Amino acid sequence: MTVQKPPILRVENICKALGGKEILKSVSFSLNKGELKVLIGPSGAGKSTLLQCINFLIPPDKGHVWLEGVEVQSRRKRDLYAFRQQVGMIFQDFNLFDHLNALENVAIALRKVKKMHRPEARDRAVAELEQVGLGDKKHLYPAELSGGQKQRVSIARALAMDPKIMLLDEPTSALDPELIGEVLSVIRDLARGGMTMILATHQIGFTRSLADEVLFMEHGIIIEQGSPEELLSPKACTRSRDFCSRLNDLYTENE
Amino acid sequence: MYEALAAVLEALPYLLKGALATSGIVIGAMGLGLVLGIHMAVGQVFGNFIIRRLIGLYVWFFRGVPVLVLLFLFYFGLFALIGLNLSAFAASTLVLGMTTAAYQSQIFRGAILSLPRGQLQAARALGMSDIKTIVNIILPQALRFSIPGWSNEYSIILKDSALAFVLGTSEIMARSHFVASRTYHYLPLYITAGCLYFFLTWIGVRALLKLEAKVRIPGYSH
Amino acid sequence: MDTAFYSTQLIPALNRGLVMSVKLIIPSGLIGLMLGIVIGTLRTFGHPFIRKAANAYATVFRGTPLVVQLFLLYFGLPNLGIYLDAYTAAVFGFILCSGAYHSEYIRGGLLSIKKGQLLAAQAMGFSMFKTMSSIIVPQALRRALPGCGNEIIYLIKYSSLAYIITCIELTGEGKIIATRTFRYTEVFLVIGFYYLVLVTIASFILQKLEEKFKIPGFGKA
Repeated sequence: MTVQKPPILRVENICKALGGKEILKSVSFSLNKGELKVLIGPSGAGKSTLLQCINFLIPPDKGHVWLEGVEVQSRRKRDLYAFRQQVGMIFQDFNLFDHLNALENVAIALRKVKKMHRPEARDRAVAELEQVGLGDKKHLYPAELSGGQKQRVSIARALAMDPKIMLLDEPTSALDPELIGEVLSVIRDLARGGMTMILATHQIGFTRSLADEVLFMEHGIIIEQGSPEELLSPKACTRSRDFCSRLNDLYTENE
Repeated sequence: MYEALAAVLEALPYLLKGALATSGIVIGAMGLGLVLGIHMAVGQVFGNFIIRRLIGLYVWFFRGVPVLVLLFLFYFGLFALIGLNLSAFAASTLVLGMTTAAYQSQIFRGAILSLPRGQLQAARALGMSDIKTIVNIILPQALRFSIPGWSNEYSIILKDSALAFVLGTSEIMARSHFVASRTYHYLPLYITAGCLYFFLTWIGVRALLKLEAKVRIPGYSH
Repeated sequence: MDTAFYSTQLIPALNRGLVMSVKLIIPSGLIGLMLGIVIGTLRTFGHPFIRKAANAYATVFRGTPLVVQLFLLYFGLPNLGIYLDAYTAAVFGFILCSGAYHSEYIRGGLLSIKKGQLLAAQAMGFSMFKTMSSIIVPQALRRALPGCGNEIIYLIKYSSLAYIITCIELTGEGKIIATRTFRYTEVFLVIGFYYLVLVTIASFILQKLEEKFKIPGFGKA
């Protein structure tokens, strides 16, 4: 089932030092359309930094990013904004706009960035919120929503922009255990629907069942790369397997 | 005693017209300060090194020199130098406006800096330009949180407006002094003036409290 | 550039005015602060009636312009037979006005002390006086320091108002020369510079004091 199409995202030689410390030491990988790749690894490995370098929220010291074969000119503001509109990002702390209700949170980028008219933007926002199961909460403000609901709104907000790929930075790490499931099921639906995603997470069960490829990061480089069976099955003698079994002792699994 | 009261009552309409002038000065100054202050705050937070330094210089100057000196400097000196012929009323409003802009810029700057970084990141991740982010995400929140500080600044400017009297502006202070020096009822007239200022402060602060309640974000505690 | 003007007329006059300004600022600042500490303490811990009176004082003096207060003292008191000279009226006015603002910051500092501190001290057998001096005051002063320090800086600037009731200090000397020579811009730029120096030095001292008394992590909500 090898497809010879060019990868939808290609990342090459990303290097970043912060506060004198090298966080990312030449990271490269590529992502094909419809794939779900999962980044795992200990805290401080650079997973968050890598994701934020891909959409240049943190400008990398060195490296290149190609979207659909075209290199991203991060120095040109217009190109950068246009690129970011095609890349959805989900944050660990949700980062919903506090002064807007759920509906407005989803609609604002449609109106201000995509210049949609108010009624169209509203209709699209309502549709996206219903897709993540929050149609009845559209008039509530972030402070009135639970963590799981906030994260689902942020997913709706990202999806409303029709992104080509999604970057998810530990989307469930800030959630109470009982709320993790609702967010994972939305992400699962996205994956099954063919969305191209890179996900940094500690949710190993989820990774095992849905990832096309697992990338294990430590100290700023990708140490191991392979399918979930290769890296995570009980028989594998890999660093990844080591790391995951330690994790299993600390976390309860949410499938 | 009774003639004092009579003198006050007789002067009241005249004084109230002065209150109108005072209100004009305050509204004009606070308005100018608001517009300038927001721009300076944004410049200080998001601008380059030169812009930050220039704004810092402006703030240092207008916060360090007494208002009285500024009024004299501009009205008798700088405005005349550049050929700007303003009435005492306009000049006082302009100078007070420039002064309060310096203070307001710091209030807004503090509010902007107190917002969580994530608000900025999420807006950028969605592809919003810096200007759109500032206008639609940062300022709506920062301005809400600035209301208490702004209310405080309002009461300060209201009191400073009394200094416009030294330039000859016919506001509360000028009019009270005018009547007092004719009737020699200094004490009751200045007490009346004080009450007028008090009342104007009270109205303004109440209005701003109502505004704060009206724009409050449901459920949110900063 | 007419340096003679500066050296023979302006600077000597301004320095004379500066001396008067300092004579106004120092007593007003010190006594005003002391008054503020007393009133602030009364407003926090006093008998309900005393608290009401103290609050009323603070509200009146913070809610009316300093100019009005100075005029009342200098022009108004004579109506009651009390005649104050310009300097005395000015200092009185500054003390009363400053004191009201200081009392607000002191009160804020005292209120911010958590009740638990008092309970812990009592449980350990501290006397009321010891509790106040060793536990309450050190913390309250640190909290009140920025506010009170800023109020002193305001005093430096508002001392210029003494000129309005004919006490000729820095601003007054300048106005006299400017009116006589019509060199308004130059004179008031120099006066502005004098005040900027005073205020910058005072701010620097305040910053150093705040650093000196800093308790790590204290003051964060």
